[in-house]
Amino acid sequence: MAEQTSVPRRGPGGGHSPGPRAVEKPKNFKKAMGKLVLFIRPYIALIVIALLFAVAGVVLNLLGPNVLSDLTEVIQGAFVYLPEQGLDLALPMDTAEVLRLCILLTVLYGAGLLCSYIQGLIMASVTQKNSRNLRTAISRKINLLPLQYFDTHSVGDVLSRVTNDVDMIGQTLNQSVVTFVTAVVMLLGSVVMMFVTNWVMAFTAIGASLVGFVFMFLIMGKSQKYFARQQRYLGEINGHIEESYAGHTVIKAYNAEGKVKATFNEINYRLYKSAWKSQFFSGLMMPLMNFVGNLGYVAVCVVGAVLVANGTIVFGTVIAFTLYVRLFTSPLSQLAQAFTSMQTAAAASERVFEFLEEKEMADESGKTARLPADNVRGDVSFEHVRFGYDPEKIIIRDFSAQAKAGQKIAIVGPTGAGKTTMVNLLMRFYELDGGCIRIDGIPTNELTRENVHDLFCMVLQDTWLFDGTIRDNVVYSKENVTDEEVVRACKAVGLHHFIMTLPKGYDTVLDDKANLSAGQRQLVTIARAMIENAPMLILDEATSSVDTRTEELIQRAMDTLTVGRTSFIIAHRLSTIRNADLILVMKDGDIIEKGTHAQLLERGGFYAELYNAQFDPA
Amino acid sequence: MLRVFKTLKWREWIFAVLSVGFIVLQVWLDLTMPDYMEKITVLAVSGTGAGGEIWKNGGLMLACALGSALSSVVVGFFVARIAAAVSFRLRSRVFERVQGYSMEEINRFSTASLITRTTNDIQQVQMVISMGLQVMIKAPILAVWAICKVVARNWQWSAATAVAVGVMLAMLLVILIAVFPKFRRVQKLTDNLNAVTRENLTGVRVVRAYNAEAYQQEKFEGANLELTRTQLFTARAMAILIPVMTMVMSGLTLAIYWIGAYLIDDLPTGAERSVLFGQMSAFSGYAMQVVMAFMMLTMIFIVLPRAMVSARRIGEVLDTETSIRDGALTASPAGAPFGTVEFRHVSFKYPDAGEYVLHDLSFKAEAGQTVAFIGSTGSGKSTALNLVPRFYDATEGEVLVDGVNVKDYTLRALHDKIGYVPQRAVLFTGTVESNVAYGEKDGHEFTEQGVKDAVHVAQGTEFVEKMEGGYKAHVARGGTNVSGGQKQRLAIARAVCRKPEIYLFDDSFSALDYKTDRDLRSALRRETGGATALIVAQRIGTIRDADRIVVLDEGRVVGQGTHEELLRTCEVYREIAYSQLSEEELKTDGEGKDNG
Repeated sequence: MAEQTSVPRRGPGGGHSPGPRAVEKPKNFKKAMGKLVLFIRPYIALIVIALLFAVAGVVLNLLGPNVLSDLTEVIQGAFVYLPEQGLDLALPMDTAEVLRLCILLTVLYGAGLLCSYIQGLIMASVTQKNSRNLRTAISRKINLLPLQYFDTHSVGDVLSRVTNDVDMIGQTLNQSVVTFVTAVVMLLGSVVMMFVTNWVMAFTAIGASLVGFVFMFLIMGKSQKYFARQQRYLGEINGHIEESYAGHTVIKAYNAEGKVKATFNEINYRLYKSAWKSQFFSGLMMPLMNFVGNLGYVAVCVVGAVLVANGTIVFGTVIAFTLYVRLFTSPLSQLAQAFTSMQTAAAASERVFEFLEEKEMADESGKTARLPADNVRGDVSFEHVRFGYDPEKIIIRDFSAQAKAGQKIAIVGPTGAGKTTMVNLLMRFYELDGGCIRIDGIPTNELTRENVHDLFCMVLQDTWLFDGTIRDNVVYSKENVTDEEVVRACKAVGLHHFIMTLPKGYDTVLDDKANLSAGQRQLVTIARAMIENAPMLILDEATSSVDTRTEELIQRAMDTLTVGRTSFIIAHRLSTIRNADLILVMKDGDIIEKGTHAQLLERGGFYAELYNAQFDPA
Repeated sequence: MLRVFKTLKWREWIFAVLSVGFIVLQVWLDLTMPDYMEKITVLAVSGTGAGGEIWKNGGLMLACALGSALSSVVVGFFVARIAAAVSFRLRSRVFERVQGYSMEEINRFSTASLITRTTNDIQQVQMVISMGLQVMIKAPILAVWAICKVVARNWQWSAATAVAVGVMLAMLLVILIAVFPKFRRVQKLTDNLNAVTRENLTGVRVVRAYNAEAYQQEKFEGANLELTRTQLFTARAMAILIPVMTMVMSGLTLAIYWIGAYLIDDLPTGAERSVLFGQMSAFSGYAMQVVMAFMMLTMIFIVLPRAMVSARRIGEVLDTETSIRDGALTASPAGAPFGTVEFRHVSFKYPDAGEYVLHDLSFKAEAGQTVAFIGSTGSGKSTALNLVPRFYDATEGEVLVDGVNVKDYTLRALHDKIGYVPQRAVLFTGTVESNVAYGEKDGHEFTEQGVKDAVHVAQGTEFVEKMEGGYKAHVARGGTNVSGGQKQRLAIARAVCRKPEIYLFDDSFSALDYKTDRDLRSALRRETGGATALIVAQRIGTIRDADRIVVLDEGRVVGQGTHEELLRTCEVYREIAYSQLSEEELKTDGEGKDNG
């Protein structure tokens, strides 16, 4: 993929795109938030401090208008101009008081700035660190979950929890928690301040703003259905586009362009109809908010002016109220926004915690049995093994077999016969439902998983390499590996020459651009297995995705690898496993035959059929 | 971005012009309001006219507010229409353009990228137009106009306003320079974190087998820490934005009053003092507008680049012409053979690629014959098949259908001859029936019976009739409610239903089990006896009874002939055959066992 479609582009201001978007509702808001609070516990003290600063900042801002009102009074006190009464006086200005009030205001605003910045700093740090902890927790969790989880969940699903959901939590927490608290304080504070200053004016301001808000909510309530409709059509058209692009060749080959286009046009037109309406309504928000603000402003001015003219209040009060009205109207809309984004955060944290609460693999710290990797004979025995991916559907019913140290055990069968099941069981990726597998007489479930893994090198069908140098990929997690060992392993698999032709040799970074063929990638994983140097070996159809020539190379590399190791080989080709010491024939998930090549041929069963068919002239 | 506006029709242009008019009106109203405030102030302070005058001016002021809101609503209406129309037409054009693409263009962009371009990018443009157009026009007008009003008044206050604007712009500039590059870095680090996690998830078996959990965790922590550090920086830097904005706004008001106090003190008479006092309250109104205008301007600079990127990506799609040109023939010429496919020295390489995927491929399928292609992955067998319906055009040599070069037919006529079944079955939202009776073919009616017969041939009758609603059963998007094998059978039924001259099966049987594979092929042979078939296959069993098998290795033909001939003569074929026999249930493959 050239770009990731699932991750929304993020950038400055990317958090809150204005305009309509579907609000994701959490299943259980309280529970989700509760878990989030529990997780964020180490930072609670900091958050409380941040909130205190936020409240302090708000209070300081609320005090501003009052001081400004006093300032106005002082200035106004410097003249009397009442033309009707013929009064035109210029009195001396109380400059000391002006200076005092101005400095007081400067201090107030300065302190307000400081408080809200400190609050911002703390919250930014807390949310980012919390995001980091969440990501770490998810990543740790990945290593603790049984393999079954990954066989039944998509990679994209887990990935989107690590990035999108965690980001979402971080962003909304940062914005909404503080907004929520400050908005509430601001709202209550401005109401209190207004009433303290003058109750008539307070009623005027609040009344006018509320009338405006009711009006606004009436309109916005009507618009909800257009948002929902646009969202639905948008989903519909995106689905159609995806489907059409993915099925491009079929559409062409079947001359279906006409119909596809007609469907597209029909949905597109419906979308257009609802899109302009919903755009229009979401565009209404701003002017309406402005109008509500202005309405309050005008009401305060007019009523205030009348009261001033009556001599009921001084002009400074009007000035104070013009500011209070703004302080009162803005938190109302902020509250609505904060609530929506908190819901989004709750939905995201629901997904994250769902993952974090998945059942983990059993704890193994109490296990004492241990097989050191450098001191293992490599006898493996299967005793009455019973297994099913779904306990209701047992696929391996009762399987027993013996593998002596150094023997070669082959597992054959048609595609989908469940050959990989054997790998899953040997490596203890899945637990048995009955019986046991013993290594040197010790049941594997008495060993730690880590210990079992240490005993095997594994080469899988799908070659797994990561973004890193060739050396990193060969060495992988093993420590204290010398360069000579890496070179020796690569020489053994016949890769050394090729690596040396690369401009940076072993330091060539394997990324999307690196030109390694499927076969060469497989050889790298075999070299990795050689470095691992465990006493036993699992090869899972390691040659199925490569051309015949490379296959020979890999075959040879694997032969070197199998020397002296108990090896389990899953293979397509019967010819390569003829000399195996034990052949397990699988079909429909179960092992239906076992024995040496000669024994199986003699029996004349499924294997014999498969084998003889090779020489069947058709 | 310009080409986005080219999609506008005259109606939207009128809307746009009207919008500008209403925006000017709105700005005028917004800027008139402080004037009334000034009058009211003077009236209130001087006690003249008492109630009446104040109410009158208040009413006018309210009318201004209402008028401003209304014109803003009108502008909103126009802009919404423009934005929706632009996205409507752009989406339609892009979709149409992509429909015309050949595989070559699709691959150049990648399907995922084309989807993003048709959906997200267009949505982005729509959003910016609807949110930004108004601001983009309004901000400069407001800024200039408000400045004019301010400057005429009083230089001291103007200077204070200029300082406020300067402080704000300086802060935004610093953020723009210091923080924005970090945002891009955050994106990159997020991708990196994603990559590390993806790596851990896709390689979970290897990670566990090598006990490399700690190693992966360490790697993740590295990426995590780096990301967190960068994000901390950006978040902390951005945290200063709002407090400073608040500070600038409040500070400016304070400055105006502070300065005002001294200015008033300098005036000799109460009358003059009262006038200036009135101006002071009006001025703080203007000053706010100026600051707001500059804030809006900076917003544009933040939003616009993103929209530009989207617009460019859309433009790229619209500027790309398909490389496949339609021919002129709507039918085979009279007397032409019916159902033959011939490759004459066909070579193919992807544009810009150095290596050929196919070298000098020649073969001929006579009417009614089956020709099979086999070879390892990357041997070019699917590519050969793709040249027949012109998903790609041959680089050298020619491909003939019914004796005519495929480039000479119209695509429609060519596709009427073909029943193509892709490697990965594609189903569309709809019903079983709509998926089987899919597309169009000149002179061919899809009937209900035809659908049933086709499903029968494709061995799908049993499962289709078990589905809820039978042939009318719902098929979910992408066919997620049917299994892989069922999907494949419906895709085959789709080809059968078309009654084509030539079948193209691109490895279409591998999702089926052996028994169904065999039954399906014998039914096909029985029911569609006269049709020619080109089959790409992995399983020897699928193709062993073909009239001709073409063995490909790295794009070159290494053997041609029947199964028996190739077993004797072709080393590569023999190798493939032996490697697969373990998978083949040869016994159930009837024909193969006769001389066993």
